[in-house]
Amino acid sequence: MKITREQVEDFLYMEADLLDQGRLNEWAQLLTEDATYQVPSTDAPNGDPKNTLFLVADNRSRIDSRVKRLQNEYCHVEFPRSRTSRHISNVRIVKKNGDSILVNANFVIYRMRYEIMDTYVGKYEHRFVLEKGQLKIKNRKSILALESLRPQSKVSIII
Amino acid sequence: MKNANELVIENKMKNKFLVHRSTFVDSEILKMERENIFSKCWIYVGHESEIPNPHDYVTRKVAGRAVILTRDADGRFHTLLNTCTHRGALVCREEKGNSKTFLCCYHAWSFKNDGELIGVPHQAAYGGHFDKKELNMYEARSESYKGFVFVNFDKNAESLEDYLGNAKEYLDLVAEQSPNGMEVIGGSQKYSIRANWKLLGENSIDGYHAAHNHATYFEFLIDDGLDVSSGVVGYGKSLENGHNVVEYKAPWGRPVAKWIPSWGEEARLEVEEIKKELEQRLDAEQAFRMAERNRNLWIFPNLIINDIMSLTIRTFDPVSPDSMDVTAWALGPKDEPESLRARRLDTFLTFIGPGGFATPDDIESLEACQLGFSTMPEVQWQDISRGMHKEEATTTDEEQMRGFWRRWAELMSKEKESEVLSK
Repeated sequence: MKITREQVEDFLYMEADLLDQGRLNEWAQLLTEDATYQVPSTDAPNGDPKNTLFLVADNRSRIDSRVKRLQNEYCHVEFPRSRTSRHISNVRIVKKNGDSILVNANFVIYRMRYEIMDTYVGKYEHRFVLEKGQLKIKNRKSILALESLRPQSKVSIII
Repeated sequence: MKNANELVIENKMKNKFLVHRSTFVDSEILKMERENIFSKCWIYVGHESEIPNPHDYVTRKVAGRAVILTRDADGRFHTLLNTCTHRGALVCREEKGNSKTFLCCYHAWSFKNDGELIGVPHQAAYGGHFDKKELNMYEARSESYKGFVFVNFDKNAESLEDYLGNAKEYLDLVAEQSPNGMEVIGGSQKYSIRANWKLLGENSIDGYHAAHNHATYFEFLIDDGLDVSSGVVGYGKSLENGHNVVEYKAPWGRPVAKWIPSWGEEARLEVEEIKKELEQRLDAEQAFRMAERNRNLWIFPNLIINDIMSLTIRTFDPVSPDSMDVTAWALGPKDEPESLRARRLDTFLTFIGPGGFATPDDIESLEACQLGFSTMPEVQWQDISRGMHKEEATTTDEEQMRGFWRRWAELMSKEKESEVLSK
């Protein structure tokens, strides 16, 4: 089945919208049952979480725990919820291998809370697969272009 | 500004311990802290394992100063101030690397990695009295305790070992977890918090906040199949000289060396092996504490070593009264088998750091404190009295915070006395 960049873009925009709206259960369904979600440390963007300290290195069960936590009112950092606005560009399909495709894109995410705006800038390196004709994310990797999380301080939202 | 000894009030009759909130918002106080604390105390720079080979270096900010931690040709380490003695530019602008020399980008002065000035282009223009030896890089006094390198900008300061005092026992429980020594693992978490630096120190040894502030973490542990009903049980202690610790039993697993069922049967054998090695090498009590007990250690003023579900070194440097830069590293045994290293890093991320299931809620609480201090004209005091009436404090008491503040007040009063004397 041929997958076009337009389809991938539509998917990424929908994903961003679900995250901006805080519809995390629906977001989680966009990922495969064996999905991973990773955010490398800013000084080791090409590291492997098995031997390098990351900021986030979730397997599917950890992703589910994260989604659950983010909807708990005792997840103080996101209650009351921050406002976010996600912007995605430079979308490219960089590799196709059967039903698996590697997609790169750039992102800018604004997070607003306490009338302070923090900006997360970086690059997505996602692996998509086709599951029963549906696009899903198997490996979701957000590589920050930032040199540090100063002043952003946290990745309490899904970036 | 109040005098420093009016900012921390201890009333043992009434079991009241109060800290004035100006200590968190006043820029004059931060200025004094930079002079009386960050320029007088031993401040953590880095771990020797970060520069394992001759000519390795790392650069970072320590006590507000740009420094380079280098290892010279003979294997000795040096903490050099990262500034050209000519006109001030950083002589090294990389985060880390391996180099025998540093070449200033501005006028190409060059320095050896022990700080010696070796190259000045067109030196003849300086005339006959020019002496390169007077223009070596500034090397700060720097000592290591079992791999932990500290710097002191006060040439008259006591030795690092004397300074660490009772905290050494707790550092040993970290430094001796492996017969091969310990190492900082690649990748560091660099972040900031919009709060006063002292709030993070307090938070790191504050057992009282855990149950509510980290309720979602305990839920995560329950989902992971753990029984958390017995909670977190242990003691809090001031170690004197400003250092403080909590040591306790907790439901989570420890890479060295407490197994939990969700790690699987294979891991059980691995963890038992580690425990056996500890019991053979160390005395029984030390091995037991290393394997079964957790410790959050606060080395005065700005080093935290949390030996919990994973092992982290964390430093924090004030940027302004209401902002600090934090850097956190993971520490593990040298030559740790792949599967154990992977588990150590995985358990680290369950709790610790900007993307963990706990640290972000700590950050939120500290930032909320800082925002709350806007009310200071009316609400002026922090209450840190919890457990003062007790002989022995628990992790949920605040004796370990009082230990910090007593030392803080002592150091902050010193300048005042000398000022009075000089008047």
